[in-house]
Formats: sequence, C-alpha cells, structure tokens
Amino acid sequence: MSTIDVNGKQIEVDEEGYLANLNDWEPAVAEVMAAAEDQELTDEHWDIINFLREYYEEYQIAPAVRVLTKAVGKKLGKEKGNSKYLYELFPYGPGKQACKYAGLPKPTGCV
Amino acid sequence: MALLHTVNKSPFESNTFDTCLGLAKDGSTILLIEDGVYAATTGHSVAEKIKNASGISFAVLGPDLQARGLEGKLADGIKVVDYEGFVTLVTEHDAVQSWL
Amino acid sequence: MSVKKFMYVNRKAPYGTIYALESLEVVLIGAAFDQDVSLAFIGDGVYQLTKGQNTEAIGQKNFSPTYSALGDYDVNKIYVEKESLEERGLTLDDLQHLVWEDEDDDWAEKDSIRLVSRAELADVLDEQDIILSF
Repeated sequence: MSTIDVNGKQIEVDEEGYLANLNDWEPAVAEVMAAAEDQELTDEHWDIINFLREYYEEYQIAPAVRVLTKAVGKKLGKEKGNSKYLYELFPYGPGKQACKYAGLPKPTGCV
Repeated sequence: MALLHTVNKSPFESNTFDTCLGLAKDGSTILLIEDGVYAATTGHSVAEKIKNASGISFAVLGPDLQARGLEGKLADGIKVVDYEGFVTLVTEHDAVQSWL
Repeated sequence: MSVKKFMYVNRKAPYGTIYALESLEVVLIGAAFDQDVSLAFIGDGVYQLTKGQNTEAIGQKNFSPTYSALGDYDVNKIYVEKESLEERGLTLDDLQHLVWEDEDDDWAEKDSIRLVSRAELADVLDEQDIILSF
C-alpha cells in the first residue's frame, strides 16, 4: 500500500491513488492530489468536490458521470450540468479525477 | 444438559429453523443470528411456532437485527443480546449446536 | 442498438449473503447502457428494502441508502410482490419510500415502488427480454 504526504501525515492510497480509508479525507488531501497532477483547484472545482462528498454521504456511492452531470445541472445550474464543463474542470474525467480528490472510491462501473 | 442452538438462515428460505426447533428440547436456548433474525419478527407463521414452543428460550443477536432494520418488529418474549451476551449464553450452556 | 427490457430478480436478504449487494452493483453498472430496466423483489428479497437499517455493529457497509439513488440512474420500476411482504409480516410502510424525479414533468417526484400481486408479477416477468437472477 502506498501513501501520500499531507502536511506531514502519511495517508494510505490504493494503486490508482484513491484513498484507502474514506475517513482520512480532509481538504488538504484534495490539494495534495491535485498538486501532484498539476491541477489547480478553483472554487468551481470545489463545488464539484463538495457535491460529490454530499452525494456519497447520502447514497453511499460515487455517482456515474451521467448521474453527476444531471445532478450538478439541477443543483448548480444548467450551464454547469454538461460534460463539457465538467471535463474542462477535470480533464482526466469528472468521475475518476474529482472522485479521487473528494476521497471517494472510483465510481461503480468506471474502468 | 442444556444446549445453545444457533440458527443463521432465514426461516423463509431454508428448513434450518424448523429442523432446529424439532430437535431442541425444553430448557435449551435458540439464538437467532445473521439471516436467522428474521424469525424473531412478528406477524408471520414462524412467529406462531416460537410462541407455541414454551419450554424453549429464544434470543436474537441485536447487531444483526439492527442491520436489517427490524428492531421495531421484534416479537414479545425474545431476548435481545449483544456480542458479549452471545458469549455469556455460550458459557451458560453445556454445549453449542450451530445449525448451518 | 435497440432497447431491451431487463429485469433483475432479487430473492435474497441483505448482509447474510453477498447477492443483494452484487445485484445492486450490477444494476448501477448496467444503467449506463440505457436499457429499459425493472427490478423485482420477491421472497426474502423484500428485506433488502426495509427502512432503518443500521449496520454499524456488524461492521459491514450499509448499502440500503443506495436504493434511493436508483431514481437518478433512471431505474424507477421497482416491483415488490405483495404476497412476499404479507408472508413476512411486512407492509409497504416497513420499506423505504423510493422516488424518482420526472424530468419531463418539471422534476415531479413519483413513486418508484409498485406493489403487485404474484399473478401480476408473473405477467411482468413474461414481458421481459432478459432476466437476471440474484
């Protein structure tokens, strides 16, 4: 099991970089993961990360991209509820990348 | 000689509970665990069988009942135990028969 | 690709075996394929939908909240067999209230669960193209 260094704390991640234990998450985890991929985190990124965490808290799953897109459109406005917007924020894929920063497991069915 | 019987199968899916009940003598205890806890609820044919088995004590493992959302449907006369209570039951009986 | 009618038949109680969780995961993955999906809960399968599940003390993941997400995945035909509930001393009130939002009707919330008799469910099964059993 590999680890990442978050403010001096060693946090376990799996072979693809997802958190081993969901409870280890804190905002600094997202910052460290994003920095490692040269990805800046703006308020718009945080909107999605926070949305994913709330979704997981309620339903105990990371939503599929299609579900995420629809739900973001409903919650944050139509102009954000499309895959172009989400892929611009998270070029490695809103499912994979944003879920990873949010400390969630990889979305079910995502390969 | 008093036995502790444990049943971990749903009474609606297998005959384990009925087999156990048929071989349990007065003075013994039947502890319902895992999917066996479905026998401990009210309003079905199995509840009647438990009510009529007056010489046998019935207990149910609380954590398994909570997991399945059935605490509110527990039948009268069935004692809820936690994991420590499970161990206590084992020590209070001469032997354990785990029906699988 | 033509749309086919997929039915997932759920007959096992949750937690005691892995079937319920496996079925739910397959349903969520399969939802990506835009097919006409139905779920049926019969026998001990109806126990999957009870409300108030709390698995903290048994150390397993509580996946019952995930059934509420099915509506987001356009899975909104959930058949529960009436006889199976009755045989277990349960009523619809003992089950979670599952809803979906109808995009074509100003996001109106609609019930996902359809309480059907054994005979009615037999007809629904008869209409399916593909049936997956758990």
